[in-house]
Amino acid sequence: MTLTEQIISILIAAAVTMATRFIPFLIFDQSKELSPYLEELGKFLPAAIMGVLVIYCYRNISFSEPSKALLEIVAGLVTLFIHLWKRNMPLSILVGTGFYMILLNFVG
Amino acid sequence: MRNEARYAFHKTSPVMLGFLFLGASYGIYMHKLGFNFLYPLLMAATIFAGSVEFIIGNLLVQSFQPLTVLVLTALVNSRHIFYGITMLKKYSNTGKLKPILIFGMCDESFSLNATLKIPDNLDHSYVYFYVTAFNYFSWVVGAGLGGLLGGMINLNLAGLDFIMTALFIVLFTEQLKNARTQRDALIGLVFAIICLLFCSKNVFLLVTLVTLVVLFSLNYLIMRRKDDIN
Repeated sequence: MTLTEQIISILIAAAVTMATRFIPFLIFDQSKELSPYLEELGKFLPAAIMGVLVIYCYRNISFSEPSKALLEIVAGLVTLFIHLWKRNMPLSILVGTGFYMILLNFVG
Repeated sequence: MRNEARYAFHKTSPVMLGFLFLGASYGIYMHKLGFNFLYPLLMAATIFAGSVEFIIGNLLVQSFQPLTVLVLTALVNSRHIFYGITMLKKYSNTGKLKPILIFGMCDESFSLNATLKIPDNLDHSYVYFYVTAFNYFSWVVGAGLGGLLGGMINLNLAGLDFIMTALFIVLFTEQLKNARTQRDALIGLVFAIICLLFCSKNVFLLVTLVTLVVLFSLNYLIMRRKDDIN
């Protein structure tokens, strides 16, 4: 990507993010109800997208390097269980990433 | 005004700490991708939506795909629309602070401002403002510092890119708390795997997101028709 393309990408992300924040204040009347379709979509998307993004992070997993693939999966499970246990976001990320970085030295 | 700042600081200090740490991780992550500290700093300041910043950073080292950036950002951040609807009333009389409150409405600032029981002797608008501003600057400063530190300290950072995976696993785990979001998160997970098996890695994200919205809408229409018949 060229510098210009990078700047365009960042500006798109910034503009769209701002739009998602400002739109309700511009179009919705505070006394009116939201359409049931939008309300349902608003419940569905945030959860569904988190599942998608986990897979996105694993898209480059390669079974030609089985030990590294296994490490990525195990480190992911460690993160998941730590978070189920402690529910402390920075801690879970720190432990999961630390676990991965340390064991990566042995897997190579 | 000082009392408002003190109250807000007291309430949001755990979030600020988390933001400094996560922001710094994001900065270091960007450094590892090959960007200088201005990238995480400016991206944090302009986009100010953590998970999107990670993914955009990741997309910046691939080929130019503006449509993916647009759809992805819109869908990942569509939750803000629902935050906004929740805050319409609370932010309605905040005057000149209103654009700032909306600009800085991340998950944490929203959930704090939506739930705080602010004492009557404090100016509510300014409490909202300080909560928003403290969180914003913690994230931006963290991201910039992480970008700088990543370049200064000479550590073995192999494997640090796992931070993004860990972040999304944590956000995914949060969805497992209740049955409804657990089902939705698993639907997302399974469809993403299916799309990954059938599409190239470059387009799979976009294909998955569009498929999910289309399937959700079809399902919604069918369910509504059923309800109409009954």
